Amino acid sequence: MTRDLLYGVQVPGGSGWSILLRRQQALRLTAQGPDASVSMLVYAAADTTERLNVPDTLKAQMAAAVRAPMTLMSDMGKALLSVTASSLDWHDAITGHGLDADIAARFGGTTYQSARNEWRRSARTCLLEELRVHGLDNRDLHATVNWFTKIAPADDAAGSLRFVPGHAREGDFVELRAEVDVFVVLATSPHPLNPDAQWRPAPVRADVFAVDAPAADDAARQFRDESSRSLVMAERSCA
Amino acid sequence: MSTSSQNRTQQQFLDVVIDAGDGWIGDIPAGSLFRVVDLHGNQAVDTLFYDAHDLTNRFSAVDTIRFQGAVYLTTGSVLRSVNGDPLATIVEDTCGRHDTIGGACAKESNEIRYGEHTRFQHACRSTFVRKAAERGLTKRDLTHNVNFFMNVPVTSTGGLSFADGVSAAGKYVELRAERDLVVLISNCPQLNNPCNGYDPTPVQLLGWSQ
Ligand SMILES: [Zn+2]
Repeated sequence: MTRDLLYGVQVPGGSGWSILLRRQQALRLTAQGPDASVSMLVYAAADTTERLNVPDTLKAQMAAAVRAPMTLMSDMGKALLSVTASSLDWHDAITGHGLDADIAARFGGTTYQSARNEWRRSARTCLLEELRVHGLDNRDLHATVNWFTKIAPADDAAGSLRFVPGHAREGDFVELRAEVDVFVVLATSPHPLNPDAQWRPAPVRADVFAVDAPAADDAARQFRDESSRSLVMAERSCA
Repeated sequence: MSTSSQNRTQQQFLDVVIDAGDGWIGDIPAGSLFRVVDLHGNQAVDTLFYDAHDLTNRFSAVDTIRFQGAVYLTTGSVLRSVNGDPLATIVEDTCGRHDTIGGACAKESNEIRYGEHTRFQHACRSTFVRKAAERGLTKRDLTHNVNFFMNVPVTSTGGLSFADGVSAAGKYVELRAERDLVVLISNCPQLNNPCNGYDPTPVQLLGWSQ
């Protein structure tokens, strides 16, 4: 079984980053502090109009949250990433990510001149910056997966949502295997439903490994017929 | 329950029936009222909203959910754009619950969900791209939609299902446009789950200007 560390990056809290992750590579994200949040957009590198589709991912796997061993499906029915391992059993995907207006209202606005690189930037601002330097823009936004974040629905008539503080702690991790070549964009700003009165976005470690393609007995393939079919569609596109 | 029912002296500007599996795109001016009627019951109406003056400022399911702090849509729900702007408010709802996390069906996702034999069945995404093209919009402009009259319960343990429709013949939902809107609709042709009662049927759109 191949598992060689290729390289790693320490992503500061409140920052944006993007990476081309190839098939037979895996990205492991490790929280470096409590209530870490990583809001992630995913695109097929071969055609960025093909992108992560959270509704398709959730309804095909009958889940209201992302967890191992689900696949993250594109709008074209293809597995883009598989969640091969995680210390947490809940990663939010239905509440989006923060806007600058949220941060200005709660923590006060900052500028680069006033705060230098400690400026408080929303996940949206960080994501858009990464998209734009790759020729993409706000038309390419879609629902993010918010790794390490748990926002649980109540079993009431409204489906009321509650942020679960302390869900993610230092050392919590999630590992994502690319099923096709993917362009991954992420931001480490706090989730806007996190009630923490202090601005203290946790840094996140991102390590990239060379790994094997999913075997016949892969956990995602065995999870559900839908997950398995999404892996087949990814394999066909790489054949 | 709502003020809208008393306002029928207003100028009616819209009355169309959308056949099962067909679509519609059109303008709904700011301040006007816009009603979707489930003529025969249990019919999912996949709907997208765009700011008519900036089509990139489009409906966002997840921003809508976060702002209201709840998953389901009903009277009082404000449908928000990706920039957090109010696009429309649900002012009347005789159904009681609408979905916005189930997305739209597509030929590709049908094959994943129901198997290879469904790959060539008609699907919402085909209607969306066809109608969107009338306004110069493409697949990049399609985002996660509202499903009027569709029931997708979620649970505190992270479960999600497609349940029997909570709608019935004659139920309707009425919205007030909070700015000039372009509205894009696919009247869902899905045959493989209970969202249309396994029998897609026509719906009616009505609109009254302020
Ligand atoms: Zn449909």
